[in-house]
Amino acid sequence: MDKRKLVQAGWGILTNAYVKGFLPGAPVLYQGPLKQFCVPGLNCYSCPGALGSCPIGSMQAVFDARERGIAAYVIGYLATIGLFVGRFICGWLCVFGLIQELLYKIPTPKLEIPQKIDQPLRYLKYAILLVLVFALPFFYRSQFGAGEPFFCKYVCPVGTLEGGIPLVLLDSTLRSVLGWLFRWKFFLLVLCILSSIFVYRPFCKFLCPLGAFYGLFQKISLIRMRVDKGKCVGCGHCAAACKMKVDPCHNPNSNECIRCRECVKACPVHALSMGIGNKEMKREQEIAEKEIIV
Amino acid sequence: MKKEVPLRVTVALIPLAMALCALGVYRGEVAIVLNKAINICLECIGLG
Repeated sequence: MDKRKLVQAGWGILTNAYVKGFLPGAPVLYQGPLKQFCVPGLNCYSCPGALGSCPIGSMQAVFDARERGIAAYVIGYLATIGLFVGRFICGWLCVFGLIQELLYKIPTPKLEIPQKIDQPLRYLKYAILLVLVFALPFFYRSQFGAGEPFFCKYVCPVGTLEGGIPLVLLDSTLRSVLGWLFRWKFFLLVLCILSSIFVYRPFCKFLCPLGAFYGLFQKISLIRMRVDKGKCVGCGHCAAACKMKVDPCHNPNSNECIRCRECVKACPVHALSMGIGNKEMKREQEIAEKEIIV
Repeated sequence: MKKEVPLRVTVALIPLAMALCALGVYRGEVAIVLNKAINICLECIGLG
């Protein structure tokens, strides 16, 4: 297992380590002070083990409280992370990202989505962010004055996987009230799981509003991908290695890049690096130069 | 390749983002987040 997978798995365990929540009987969620803080990745706060809050769910919850206006706490928090590292979180600290990557490792023929379909579909996550996370939870109110977390309620497969399924298995009362909504969300989860076997991280590419949000900061974040044009030989190894279908040579800070560094590893002349702003990471460069000399 | 955004723009934006976060804390949004997170979110799990 590579270093990134270990970090992803370790983070997933660390942020879902409330073992008491998984004990048989009526589930009790963690109710301590850590839940005031959002984890940086998509992680349902109704997961019996969750120690932190989901940023997308929290954002909708604050929008729901109409008099509060914008969700400054969560938006400010996510913007700060985005400004520091962009979509690095997607590649390194997202449990659902890891699950999709592991599913993709199942040895089957992989599906190449034609660019004509793939590219427009990438914009879907921005529409989901705008409509289901921002607009509808902010503006919509039922006849009783209640709002709804539209993304969590109608789309989020993470909630079904981490919250819905474990809670329903643990609690017979919840099992007795399952309806069409659970079936719909379960169907979406199965769709996500099955498609992840054939397509790399389909949820992240096409649906994830958190990835869409962080993606907006890719070109201005402190940590950026760098291409040394003096070294680049245009061999295309980096683009071939990128499972998110980014061409790092021409667009190193694409909104789609999850900063997994597979392209850095694949570059035969060490022209790619990840560093702060315009400065290249000195250590990486030194190592690369030594290897070239050898 | 397009001209890159200078690092000073990022450095200037970070305190603004942090200030936005602090504003949310000041307005009591943390309590809303906590209240939502400590109870089972029926919508999130497909029962709401």
